[in-house]
Amino acid sequence: MAELHKLTITELSEKLSAGECTSVDIVTDILSSIDARDGAVGAYLTVDRDDALDQAKMADEARTAGKASPMLGIPVAIKDLLNVKGQPCTCSSKVLEGYTAPYDATVIAKLREAGAVLLGRVNMDEFAMGSSTENAALGKTSNPWNLDHVPGGSSGGSAACVAADEAIASLGSDTGGSIRQPAAFCGSVGMKPTYGRVSRYGLTAFASSLDQIGPITKTVKDSAILLETLCGLDPMDSSSIDVEVPALGEQLTDDTSLEGMKLGLPKEYFVEGMDPEVEKAVRDAVEHCKSLGAEIVDVSLPNAKYAIAVYYIIATAEASANLARFDGIRYGMRLDGKDPAELYAKTRSAGFGQEVKRRIILGTYVLSSGYYDAYYLKAQKVRTLIRSDFTEAFKTCDAILSPVTPTAAYKKGEKTDDPLKMYLDDILTTPVNLAGNCALSVPCGFTSAGMPIGLQIIGDDFQEETILKVGHAYEQTTEWHKERPSL
Amino acid sequence: MSKTHEGMDVGYVAKLACIDLTEEETTLFQGQLNQVLHYVEQLDELDVSNVESTAHAIPVFNVFRKDVVGTSLNHADVMANAPSSVNGEVRVPKIIDQ
Repeated sequence: MAELHKLTITELSEKLSAGECTSVDIVTDILSSIDARDGAVGAYLTVDRDDALDQAKMADEARTAGKASPMLGIPVAIKDLLNVKGQPCTCSSKVLEGYTAPYDATVIAKLREAGAVLLGRVNMDEFAMGSSTENAALGKTSNPWNLDHVPGGSSGGSAACVAADEAIASLGSDTGGSIRQPAAFCGSVGMKPTYGRVSRYGLTAFASSLDQIGPITKTVKDSAILLETLCGLDPMDSSSIDVEVPALGEQLTDDTSLEGMKLGLPKEYFVEGMDPEVEKAVRDAVEHCKSLGAEIVDVSLPNAKYAIAVYYIIATAEASANLARFDGIRYGMRLDGKDPAELYAKTRSAGFGQEVKRRIILGTYVLSSGYYDAYYLKAQKVRTLIRSDFTEAFKTCDAILSPVTPTAAYKKGEKTDDPLKMYLDDILTTPVNLAGNCALSVPCGFTSAGMPIGLQIIGDDFQEETILKVGHAYEQTTEWHKERPSL
Repeated sequence: MSKTHEGMDVGYVAKLACIDLTEEETTLFQGQLNQVLHYVEQLDELDVSNVESTAHAIPVFNVFRKDVVGTSLNHADVMANAPSSVNGEVRVPKIIDQ
């Protein structure tokens, strides 16, 4: 029964249905894998050992009683900004130490309903602010492919645990690339769904108009299966949208033809400073899609270059408002003061890390009287242009191909002293958050130093079905996703 | 936009956000945030005077629910998180001098 931790949702689901293994077997094996590897990788903040085994037993009993679901009995790790009832939800911040979630996020409730096993919570940049998981206050996470390298961020723990076979799949959240970039850095598959596709209820808000929850998995098919479980209108999130959820998993068959599919290549996405090895791997992937029958067309996204400037105005503005709730009054850390104002300031100054403080201050500034029009309103207008670029592009193609990041994962400490340099890494992922559409990150090669490279497949609003089809066809006719790090 | 950022007083804005910065943090953030503000000045290249603003990418309007009482979070579970409480209520420092 060994090696179950190395399998996919699809493979394990088949084994479970055939009675070849139980969920308890899978969870037991995953817990051993965590014991063996997490000392080096550091993906987890907390592992709910006994609780996970109890959930596995329940899943096995449900199966015996006739329940069937592709997620039944499958262990999943959760980014530590999603509320899981009765468990901590730290956002990797000192300010939330001691907090116990009094309710389940909608995605957690959906996972429970599908019979998935919640393994524990994984590390992240504090409040999802960062691109390397180095801004985490409560843990240190390494890239499983090279422990001296960052796993990416902010969902660094979510990507690292899947790549290291310490979870079969995980949930992350993507505000400016925080699912796709760590997935690319760790050689996993990451999906940023269309805004409104997945309920944000129970997700600790960073930038509410950009945040989306999504899966990180070992394969595209697994991404489809897990996403299907998470989707749907939720009365608890008024920005969730009432669109039909297609059978995402079932549509992915052995047919890997891309005949009739038009794939756009945006010239602006092969930016200055891009690692030539990354560019080559992505261009090879484009050629590969062509060989599968796709027609490659040139598209233009001329305003994408402004995405970082727009993003760091809008995201910090929204964050400055969202993080006002961490004031030491109702939950989490409190440092007492002689009056409420002193209590707030003492608590927030001690509770937040530097990057969080920096972003709150920037966000407060761009919203402040006299600067609102010059920064925030202007950024919202340029956001319209960025979205219009995608609308135009999708008139001539079904999906867009690009790199996920300009470089592969870098060494720890390389960019921590230069926030702007770190921000610029998100140049290829933030446009999609600003426009609201969906995108998938799929492994497409390795650098000569052995670090994974990601292919980004961008879709129009609610076209997850299309990008999953392209990703699946590419993946099933290449070998990259089968590579595992040697730990 | 270009002339405005020169005036960003990090210490003052931090106060607005209820964050006390050390002197070191103030100096560090002043430099870093001025760099970021300088970077976002590139938006000045664009004439957006006739462009509508986008607050949410996927527009949704007027989401209502029936005006009926639903289940709320368990009071005891919620109050268990309060750093200080008395009689089921959150205790805070005195706001008004008596």
